[in-house]
Amino acid sequence: MTGHRRRTDGRVPVALLVPSVLGVAVLVLPMVGLLLRAPWRRLPDILSSDAVLTALRLSLTTATAATALSLVCGVPVAWLLARTRMPGRSLLRGVVTVPLVLPPVIGGIALLMVFGRRGVLGGWLDEALGVSLPFTTAGVVLAQAFVAMPFLIVSVEGALRTTDRRYDDVAATLGASAWTTFRRVTLPSVAPGVLAGAVLCWARALGEFGATVTFAGSFPGTTRTLPLQAYVAIGSGDTDTAIVLSLLMIAVSVAVLVAMRRRWVGA
Amino acid sequence: MGLAARVEVDRGELRLQVDLEVGAGEVVALLGPNGAGKSTLLDVLAGLLPPDAGRIALDGTVLDDVAHGRRTAARHRGVGLVAQDYLLFPGLTVLENVAFGLRARGETRRCAREHARQWLHRMDLGEHERRRPGELSGGQAQRVALARALIVEPRLLLLDEPLAALDAGTRPIVRAQLRRHLAGYEGCTVIVTHDPLEAMVLGERIVVVERGQVVQQGAPDEVARRPRTDYVARLVGLNLLRGTARGRVAEVGDRAEVTLAHDAHGPVHIAFPPVAVVLSPERPQGSARNAWPVTVRDLEAHGDLVRVTADGPVPVLADVTPLAVADLGLAPGVRAWASVKAGEISAYPA
Amino acid sequence: MRDAGARRVGMLVQAIGVAGLLVACGGDAEGASHPDGSPADGSGARISGEVTVLAAASLTEPFETLGERLADRYPDLEVTFSFGPSSGLAEQAAAGAPADVLATANTVTMDTAVQAGVVDGTPRVFARNTLALAVPAGNPGNVTGPADLARDELRVAVCEPRVPCGAAAEALLDRAGVEAAPDTLTTDVKEAVSLVSLGEVDAALVYLTDAAAAGDAVETVDVPRAGAVVNDYPVAVMADAPNPDGAHAVVDAVTGELGRDVLAEAGFLEP
Repeated sequence: MTGHRRRTDGRVPVALLVPSVLGVAVLVLPMVGLLLRAPWRRLPDILSSDAVLTALRLSLTTATAATALSLVCGVPVAWLLARTRMPGRSLLRGVVTVPLVLPPVIGGIALLMVFGRRGVLGGWLDEALGVSLPFTTAGVVLAQAFVAMPFLIVSVEGALRTTDRRYDDVAATLGASAWTTFRRVTLPSVAPGVLAGAVLCWARALGEFGATVTFAGSFPGTTRTLPLQAYVAIGSGDTDTAIVLSLLMIAVSVAVLVAMRRRWVGA
Repeated sequence: MGLAARVEVDRGELRLQVDLEVGAGEVVALLGPNGAGKSTLLDVLAGLLPPDAGRIALDGTVLDDVAHGRRTAARHRGVGLVAQDYLLFPGLTVLENVAFGLRARGETRRCAREHARQWLHRMDLGEHERRRPGELSGGQAQRVALARALIVEPRLLLLDEPLAALDAGTRPIVRAQLRRHLAGYEGCTVIVTHDPLEAMVLGERIVVVERGQVVQQGAPDEVARRPRTDYVARLVGLNLLRGTARGRVAEVGDRAEVTLAHDAHGPVHIAFPPVAVVLSPERPQGSARNAWPVTVRDLEAHGDLVRVTADGPVPVLADVTPLAVADLGLAPGVRAWASVKAGEISAYPA
Repeated sequence: MRDAGARRVGMLVQAIGVAGLLVACGGDAEGASHPDGSPADGSGARISGEVTVLAAASLTEPFETLGERLADRYPDLEVTFSFGPSSGLAEQAAAGAPADVLATANTVTMDTAVQAGVVDGTPRVFARNTLALAVPAGNPGNVTGPADLARDELRVAVCEPRVPCGAAAEALLDRAGVEAAPDTLTTDVKEAVSLVSLGEVDAALVYLTDAAAAGDAVETVDVPRAGAVVNDYPVAVMADAPNPDGAHAVVDAVTGELGRDVLAEAGFLEP
């Protein structure tokens, strides 16, 4: 078996090799391009500029808040999807995962239609509670959660499906309520899945652009996150800043992926 | 006092219909082939599966009564469950696992842990309290699961194939330990198993379930000596025939006759061990010998002997020496005579 | 490093040029079905092929109309517009985007392209625009003038200061002595107009022309001395225009009578 595998290992058909080299080039060249064009000498100045630091701080806090919101709401949704037999479950799963494939701008428009001033809920929220989400930091968090929560839900649901439901049965015979069982038995056993989902969710929230700019607008310190800052930079002709911000985002993404890989390999 | 259950479950391919009574302190082994409905019955008793009909009472308290719409949730039944793979909560330490039931009942962490520690000592697991379930051997895990179930003092303890997850080497030791621990338990115990030895050693009474029905029950030696179904006979290694006795002779199978050692009348079960069967090329001569022509169907190693499966008017299992196999030239399709001394045969009313 | 960058961009332009040729071939084949290929006035017999125009977002409506009128004059000419924030377009042009014509919303952004040497000749100013205070229909925020933009309880959108409409807005607010409190800075003037028409903001400083183009959903509030802050719109042919003849024809139309009519219709001022 091993000998057989070794014998065929070196043979790669040209028909596979050429497209794969092209594919890798498509994925890697843009990043190489950024590195080649990066204004290395100005990099420290740009990175420490107020605009960039403000955007970075905002991005980190909103992505973290969006992840927290996704955990609080997404884990229960994953549980419902994985553990109950309620009617319309597959429909719910479809609905919940739509943002995975939806262009984020569309999500932003949809959020505006619901939570905007003249939106279905937004008008009522504004009148009754004086709460208005568009153009606020909370709006950024909502937009990010809209786009990123499905990553968490999918990851946690997958983890829940692989756990043995007999654990719940045993916990019940020991006198545990469904909530105690969830908290002390189910949740700890899917902790790695929850962690992986949360990291993915955080990374997606950090990179969120379309829904944010559409729903929350773009104002320094309030709603202008790193990707928006990069867009403003390129739109106003400040290529250097745009490149530096892009590199920063790539660095964060790579760091997240490396951290996740370690986790997975360790598990 | 004890358990009094009448359970009916209809699941299409399986129709379970069982009456089960277990006295306080009694250990009942539920023995049956896979798919007989044993685990389903266990789930119903634990409150994890609602019965379609029936009534379950424990120590005088009615838990379920379908006719009166009464049903008690698993967490309020006081029924302990030790599952097949023990299902220790992987996220908790051994100590936390054992303390789980008390914590779920609202005891303080300190109190629950102190109590759990005592149980671990009783189970000789004192030094393992900080370990994770994955770090335990099968026998240790089983004792943790037992402690976890018993700490909340259930009135009924259910064990689902408690030794199936162990390798053959450790099984006898763990079986002996389990027997000792169960002896000290005052509630009712129901053990589900498909292993006859397990049932014989652990059970004070054996209830045999086949295709959703109780087909035989009694003390282990009674069941072992006088099987009533082919399944039980095969399990305990006996040939079992059904026939009608008239004095010293019983008519069995395809117009064959069996000579008995004692008088009997009416429908009987006739059992004899495979080692009592002699195979020979010609019809043997002699008194009180039962002999039938058979055709060899199959041969397989069975300890030091060879077990021969043979068809004929009276199908039999025979255990013979490898030397005899060679002498007789036994192979599938070979014809021979099977004979059994009347004294080796036990006949009992069906 | 800069050389390497320039070479890469060159290759990119070549690659896109090949694609452009393919399209042009298709156009020729179509032209062949009209033997004389002559337009109504006969002046544009040789004007054909594809022309790509990078234009400021605020020019969207008049340029689209212009495109339709040009199609009457030059049936073989296919004009494609790419609208966006001027500074971004100028940056694209400077980076060597394969375009024929560049029209921006102020001279500062055009200078970026001029300095990069990608523009042929001197840009010509073809229109001027002023700012207007746009409010949703019914003026729910009771906005009466630029001073209201400082009111905290109002939702206000202003263009990002680094794009022309934002630069103009900054100048206007400076003159009026108003410290505006915007809630969002849009990179595109059309985005600000959308927010007004959706009612998501109570007021936005946008070009008069954009407010006019938005229709009934948007009203304007008079801004005293708005005319003092004026944007000049320059247009130029790109030095590396794939279709220089077509490009000149378009620029001539923009700066000529046809352009004047269309732009005036849209509310632009003459230079």
